[in-house]
Amino acid sequence: MSAHSHPGVLPPHPESATLEGRNKLMGFWLFLGGESVLFGCLFATFLGLRGHSDDLLAKNPAEFFDLTTVAWSTVILLVSSLTSVLAILGMHKRNTKQIYLWFTVTVLLGLSFLGLEIMEFSNYTNHDSFHFTQTAYASSFYTLVGFHGAHVLFGTLWISLLLLQLTRKGLTVVTAPKLYVAALYWHFVDLVWVFIFTVVYLMGKVA
Amino acid sequence: MAGAVKRYSGLMDWLTTVDHKKIGILYLISAGIFFLFGGVEALLIRLQLFFPEQNLFGENTAEIFNQLITMHGTTMIFFAAMPLIFALMNAIVPLQIGARDVAFPYVNALSFWLFLFGGVLLNTSYLLGGAPDAGWTAYAALSTKAYSGSGVDFYVLGLQIAGLGTLIGGINFLVTIINMRAPGMTFMRMPLFTWASFVTSALVLFAFPAITVALVLLMFDRLFNAQFFEVAGGGNVVLWEHIFWIFGHPEVYILILPAFGIISEVLSTFSHKRLFGYGTMVFATALIGFLGFMVWVHHMFTVGLGPIANAIFAIATMLIAVPTGIKIFNWLLTMWGGHIRFTAASLYAIGFIPTFVIGGMTGIMLTLPPADFQFQDSYFVVAHFHYTIVGGLIFGMFSGMYYWWPKMFGRMLNETMGKISFWFFFVGFHMTFFIQHWLGLDGMPRRVYTYLAGQGFEKGNFISTIGAMLMGVSIIVMMINIIVTQMKKADAPADPWDGRTLEWAISSPAPEYNFAQLPRVRGLDALWIEKMAGNKGMIPAEPLAEIHMPSPSIMPFVKALGLFIAGYGFMFNGNTKATSLPVVGFVFEHYILAAAGVAVFLFGMFLRSVYDDQGFHIPIEEIHVDQEENA
Repeated sequence: MSAHSHPGVLPPHPESATLEGRNKLMGFWLFLGGESVLFGCLFATFLGLRGHSDDLLAKNPAEFFDLTTVAWSTVILLVSSLTSVLAILGMHKRNTKQIYLWFTVTVLLGLSFLGLEIMEFSNYTNHDSFHFTQTAYASSFYTLVGFHGAHVLFGTLWISLLLLQLTRKGLTVVTAPKLYVAALYWHFVDLVWVFIFTVVYLMGKVA
Repeated sequence: MAGAVKRYSGLMDWLTTVDHKKIGILYLISAGIFFLFGGVEALLIRLQLFFPEQNLFGENTAEIFNQLITMHGTTMIFFAAMPLIFALMNAIVPLQIGARDVAFPYVNALSFWLFLFGGVLLNTSYLLGGAPDAGWTAYAALSTKAYSGSGVDFYVLGLQIAGLGTLIGGINFLVTIINMRAPGMTFMRMPLFTWASFVTSALVLFAFPAITVALVLLMFDRLFNAQFFEVAGGGNVVLWEHIFWIFGHPEVYILILPAFGIISEVLSTFSHKRLFGYGTMVFATALIGFLGFMVWVHHMFTVGLGPIANAIFAIATMLIAVPTGIKIFNWLLTMWGGHIRFTAASLYAIGFIPTFVIGGMTGIMLTLPPADFQFQDSYFVVAHFHYTIVGGLIFGMFSGMYYWWPKMFGRMLNETMGKISFWFFFVGFHMTFFIQHWLGLDGMPRRVYTYLAGQGFEKGNFISTIGAMLMGVSIIVMMINIIVTQMKKADAPADPWDGRTLEWAISSPAPEYNFAQLPRVRGLDALWIEKMAGNKGMIPAEPLAEIHMPSPSIMPFVKALGLFIAGYGFMFNGNTKATSLPVVGFVFEHYILAAAGVAVFLFGMFLRSVYDDQGFHIPIEEIHVDQEENA
């Protein structure tokens, strides 16, 4: 059961070299399964409530949704998925520098995404009087997109913490699974955004 | 480094334990206490309905009745039945697959403490402005701010905290069963209880996020003025019903499948026969779990979704009768020609079969939408789900409790008292609920606090209340049995029932590390195979070596406590009761308490991430001492 690590000799797939590591990977995949149901229910809520409160809004969201900003957010988040892959490739090459570099870029991209989202939300509330408590559509919009935003925030904090640990502990069979599942998490959060971009914004524009 | 870890004793041992067997005992004790709460609530409900037009609780009888039925349902489902299942899963599953612990022992402790604090939070509502009163299903709009008291806030936050614990518990058992099986323990050699726990955990994983969302929406509506269920704001009350039942229907299979597993183990052991149709049993369990996700609309036939939707969901529901029927026949054929021993455990298992068949039959009746329009919201429904949940789940859990008590506590429960308790429970149960089928068919509505004289409901209600009292007697006998047993010396043999599965291969109670050497499994009913081959025990799959164990930790307790405190912080925001003092008012209004509680939880996660648990090793000498003591 124990994680016997021999310094300097890291196996090719350090994330699944120990039972603990394999448990962590398996558990995290399952957790993402549960998260899918969670976001699925939030999407269902959003789709179910959309169109029931149009006349209650001051302006139709289709008029003020800022697709340019959202498109940039999408590009940023998708690129951050790529950079997290580069970090994991670095891990498999036992290249700690590459992990630092690409995960730092990932975190920075995540933070820029959050910045754009905060800017977007404050525009909606300040200029378009589109508030959380206004209608069921607004509540479900902010809940769905906000839940995703909270996931991005958690991801940036988590990956930053793991990078600090990497400095102290180095790349071992204990730290490798953590980095690996954090990258999995990041992909999942990006994937959810693809659906939000499509279902909320693109379909919202044409509706 | 390893070895320097402090091993606590006494109370600190229980607060810091990450041992699945101790966590199982903690689950069992808490479930027992909540079960008594729910039982007292049930008796009060029945006493109020003893005679027509009573006002047992004075002027506010109707209000208090609403609180009692809500708390009875919520407590029994989430805080008695669920933890009973997790108690037995914790105590037994790792032993049955030949593992030393679950995959994530620390997370396992966190699961327990989250469940416990969620339950405590819910029950403090009695003291803080009234219990929830919108029914255990908390249908909107009844559960929105306009139509219910502050009790529903306790419902929302209590269930959210406990649900989080259940969700991570489900993940834990899935990983444990997939990754931690002993050498040779293939999937198709796993005992049926482990299989049932596996499928149940999968259902937990995919069902609980749905109620998480439902509770989040309701919480946002109640605390932050969102509009999800406010029709005037474009909200939709049927949305709650959909999400609740997308969770709620799998939840009833989460409850019943482990009972199916226990019945399979107990009937096979006490019939001295291998389980009939093992493969079909596994298949039926998985199929029930799968179909359980596509039948939720049968709770909503009268909502008006249209004949097509109703027909599709009616047919999907009827399909579930097929795998369930397979199970019933397999159990009967397991007993057929067997050398049956009538112990308390096997009596509950045998009593389960006809009782659950009645519950299943009324289930098929309710499946027919035209008939359901007549049955819905009547005592017929109450009778049906008590036949499946008490007659199914509770009979199964009690059977498992008598069966595994020696393995959990090292003591044998008294058989005579167990049998007395069984007969009181069996007769009392059928007296309480059988008559309710007719009360329902005669038109008595559920969830109404009283009834008029002269409408033909007197006799039925009278009999039903007497039956409930008999069940109360049974529980008192059972409690005396437990107390008397626990005062005796722990001298249960390792294998008191001539068992067939791995848990009976090790001492009662199991040592901290379960298996000194992991066993090599050579087939289904692993221990039985070795017995038949003339071996004294399991053949070890590894040499005797020191055993690595995870360290105990107080953090799971602290983290759950953090969320518990945050719950009050969220709830009392802007509530006049909490704002009589200026400082307290400031703290609540600005979510300072809520933020502090959540911060404790997040800080706990931070510590867990930064400090790696090195664990400790149990030396070979200690294992030798244990083995000599049990020799």
